[in-house]
Amino acid sequence: MTHKTMLNIGPFHPLQEEAEFFQLSIEGERVVDVDVRTSYNHRGIEKLDESKTFDQVPFVVERVCGICSASHPLAYIQAVEDIAHVQAPPRALYLRTIVNELERMHSHLLWAGLAGHFLGYNTVFMWAWKCREPVLDALEIATGSRVNYANCKIGGVRRDMTDEQLQEIARIAGEAKGPVEMLIGAVLDDPVLHARLKNVGVLSKKDAKAYGALGPTARGSGLPIDVRRDDPYAAYDRLDWNVIVAEEGDVFAKTKVRLLETVEAIKIIRQAVRDIPGGQIDAKVEHIPPGEGIGRVEAPRGETFHYVRSDGSNYPVRHKVRAPSFNNIPTFKASCIGYEVADVAITLASVDPCYSCTERMCTAVDAESGREMYNFSQLVKLSQQKTERVRRQA
Amino acid sequence: MSQAVTPSRAQVPLVGFVGQALAELGDAVVAVERCDERRGVARIDAERTLEVAKKLLAMDGSRLATATGIDVRDGIDVLYHWCFEPQGVVITIKVLAARPSLTLESIATHVPAANWIEREMHDLLGANFRNHPDMRRLILDDSWPEGVYPLRKDFDQVADRPPLPPVPPAPEEGVS
Repeated sequence: MTHKTMLNIGPFHPLQEEAEFFQLSIEGERVVDVDVRTSYNHRGIEKLDESKTFDQVPFVVERVCGICSASHPLAYIQAVEDIAHVQAPPRALYLRTIVNELERMHSHLLWAGLAGHFLGYNTVFMWAWKCREPVLDALEIATGSRVNYANCKIGGVRRDMTDEQLQEIARIAGEAKGPVEMLIGAVLDDPVLHARLKNVGVLSKKDAKAYGALGPTARGSGLPIDVRRDDPYAAYDRLDWNVIVAEEGDVFAKTKVRLLETVEAIKIIRQAVRDIPGGQIDAKVEHIPPGEGIGRVEAPRGETFHYVRSDGSNYPVRHKVRAPSFNNIPTFKASCIGYEVADVAITLASVDPCYSCTERMCTAVDAESGREMYNFSQLVKLSQQKTERVRRQA
Repeated sequence: MSQAVTPSRAQVPLVGFVGQALAELGDAVVAVERCDERRGVARIDAERTLEVAKKLLAMDGSRLATATGIDVRDGIDVLYHWCFEPQGVVITIKVLAARPSLTLESIATHVPAANWIEREMHDLLGANFRNHPDMRRLILDDSWPEGVYPLRKDFDQVADRPPLPPVPPAPEEGVS
């Protein structure tokens, strides 16, 4: 007869970016159920926005997430532009594209590094983050800041870029291509990683649809959804790029999607710098009429969804923010169950759950046996040991 | 009862993909407020949320993006946003949870993607969802008082903020 144990992960841990509490039910080494509790750091941004003017809200929503701080304001701005029937000038659309793709590059590289660490590949961690650093420099050139870019405004963008700045961004993106491709080769051709990540944490296509999975999590499960192609915004419909889809649904597929998307991002940035037209960067919006609008942006983790309702005053009546992880995190119910505890760390990491602050770890003690249960660093260790085991067998 | 917040009875012509999708919902649709190339907004009968959700989920390329709850005069207006790929369409299904019960049939029994967002609307706005599989708190802390809904229009962020829970006693010296 198997004994069912509870394994607590969270709510605080330095490897995860924000407070989140996972409770796994385990029989032996198998996970039989998952429960998630979030919102330890709920900041009430939706309520706050109701007391901000339409022009102030972008500065609030870029603080929803430190990594997606270009996607959230852009989604909000597109929702307001939907209400006001405004079309931003073409140059502004290209500038938005450049900043959003730089954001995707740095986010995917950050994830690749963390995933490497979870698996015991600390070299991958070092390389990926070394490669990410110039991308942040490029963002600083483009917007003056490594995070919270304050770049977009309703009707356009706030600051133009000079030709020299654009060329420098294209150069940095171009130089990242070599290291990223080397990283892709190292990861996708590694027999140990194949053994370790294939058929682990599989999210089926049907589950991905039912749970409303988004971004690389959905695309890794064979759902070809990408707002950039399906409901084009910024300048994506004027550039040549591919939506990366993998059918398998396992962690390997999600890794592959993210890494190959980084290369697509480089391609998009270089094209945008090559093709950017001159002219105005701001449509000069003066009034937001009553109405309601929807804005969607493909953030690094998936579709960011914003809904705005206006009553004709200076303040939004309602502003709904739905970040992609809100839909992706519940998929653990489908992708963790039935796998080993050693696979949980990388499965949880595979959706790149987006939380953001300093964290500690609580250790739970089993009431019956008195034995201390795992904390997250032990879980990561367990994951690294399994990689080591697989490597020795290979 | 559900028509109370639908001032405009003028029907928008059903065109294109959005029009087809809305037409498939049949007479559950009470009023169409917007129907253009990429966006649709329709109000449905408050008793038929689950039936409409089942039909929408069964359509090709559909998924529930999220839902928005809004505190309006007559209750809580719940807006389910459905996305369709690769058409790039968003159809918003509006349904009013009318006062005083503020209750709707949950769609989470059939659409797992609605599970969290219905819990969120229950926490922040006090909308109730009948037959929801797991109506525990999602957003609010356990110490938050019952019956205080922070996203309601009459909630003031400063004046109505409930007191912080008592600080747990510090561990005794020498005990790790």
